[in-house]
Amino acid sequence: MRIPCPYCGSRDVQEFSYLGDANLRRPDHEAPEAAFHDYVYLRDNPAGPHRELWYHGSGCRNWLVVTRNTVTHDIAGARFAKEPT
Amino acid sequence: MTYSIFSVVTNAFAGQKLWRPAWRDATPKPAYDVVIVGGGGHGLATAYYLAKVHGIRNVAVVEKGWIGSGNAGRNTTIIRSNYLLPGNIPFYEWSMKLWEGLEQELNYNAMVSQRSVLNLYHSDAQRDAYARRGNAMRLHGVDAELIDREQVRSMLPFLDFDNARFPIKGGLLQKRGGTARHDAVVWGYARAADRLGVDIVQNCEVTGFLRDGDRITGVETTQGPIRAAKVGISVAGSSSRVAALAGLRLPIESHVLQAFVSEGIKPLIPGVVTFGAGHFYISQSDKGGLVFGGDIDGYNSYAQRGNLAVVEDVCEGGMALMPAIGRMRILRSWGGIVDMSMDGSPIIDRSPLDGLYLNAGWCYGGFKATPAAGWCFAHTIARDEPHEFSAAYRLDRFVTGHLIDEKGVGAQPNLH
Repeated sequence: MRIPCPYCGSRDVQEFSYLGDANLRRPDHEAPEAAFHDYVYLRDNPAGPHRELWYHGSGCRNWLVVTRNTVTHDIAGARFAKEPT
Repeated sequence: MTYSIFSVVTNAFAGQKLWRPAWRDATPKPAYDVVIVGGGGHGLATAYYLAKVHGIRNVAVVEKGWIGSGNAGRNTTIIRSNYLLPGNIPFYEWSMKLWEGLEQELNYNAMVSQRSVLNLYHSDAQRDAYARRGNAMRLHGVDAELIDREQVRSMLPFLDFDNARFPIKGGLLQKRGGTARHDAVVWGYARAADRLGVDIVQNCEVTGFLRDGDRITGVETTQGPIRAAKVGISVAGSSSRVAALAGLRLPIESHVLQAFVSEGIKPLIPGVVTFGAGHFYISQSDKGGLVFGGDIDGYNSYAQRGNLAVVEDVCEGGMALMPAIGRMRILRSWGGIVDMSMDGSPIIDRSPLDGLYLNAGWCYGGFKATPAAGWCFAHTIARDEPHEFSAAYRLDRFVTGHLIDEKGVGAQPNLH
């Protein structure tokens, strides 16, 4: 699997670390406990396209949002996580 | 037909014509008392113990492919009960006890081989951690021995004891651990369940749930709807997908775990050996191939195949431990999709929906748990209450904070 880093170009997956689902949003600190349970523990875990966070630790050290199909491992695209969606 | 020396001899004289299929390939009835989704080891064991222990024989196991085609056929066949935490040890020890009597129980040769499991340690700190684990095991009545370097050397003289970075200083030995024949476990439970009246329905994928308000009343399948008073989900690897059909989100990510088999060689490795400084475990099958594996790939996947980075990492672990295997060739490798739960421990519980029960989150340790998971899940389904050995495996522990985190890495599934 190779990830198309927007800064470095196509690089081997070994250069990256995986964090997980990029759709998660930390709830407001005054949100009820149930919202934090959802955020910390529950996952959609889809079979198909998945937006996920990868860190290019052995490259440009950028956090990326990669859209990858979890059934085929095909990568549809990657962008910097710091860019607004 | 009960398998015995007499059945073998009788068939020898009868030209092997008296054998019958080990189980019926059933077509589903319109309704059952219990439907188990997933015809792996866990699902079939659950059906068997429902019929055997709880007298509930009007049971169907529905499987989308053929039985044992998922993780039951994709593991490295290791059985052990060397856990640390109170919620885990009694469960896995019960599983070990069931393994020890499984072949007599099922009248099927599951090739359970208690050839020992040895976890190596490489530093003083790791020795202390293993001493603690061994003590926890012994306090629960599980066998454990902390052995030193020379005792390891007498068992496994070919290890790289003086590795400059990770010298081998000893190990934690569980002699009752070992391996079993994974397919035979599936077939044995299938045959024994079938003999008690359980219907095993293959090529029958669940596509939805029948519901009456918040109550699950059956399943929609590719072979039509099947009504059931109770439905048990036992589909580790795909738990999130099946639960989503009922509108549930689970504390689980699906990840790919690879395993490898080398070409066959003469007997070299007597038991199961694990490397303490990396993630690598190895045993030798009865055919002679070395069976080994290591870390999960670390990203969400349903692909049943992994990437070369982990292949390299696993083989590096093997070379650091036993350089003698360096010239051997890998014959086969494969990937299985595992339910990585948020604390690294499984879930055996009622779901938030009435009539729906959940057996999930086995990470990469589901095979050894097969008998006890079936035993406890059957108990939970039959009696609507947790079995004492699986009482800690609640779904709501993530809400209440009663996590069972053997590795202590927190809610990061790819690190468990």
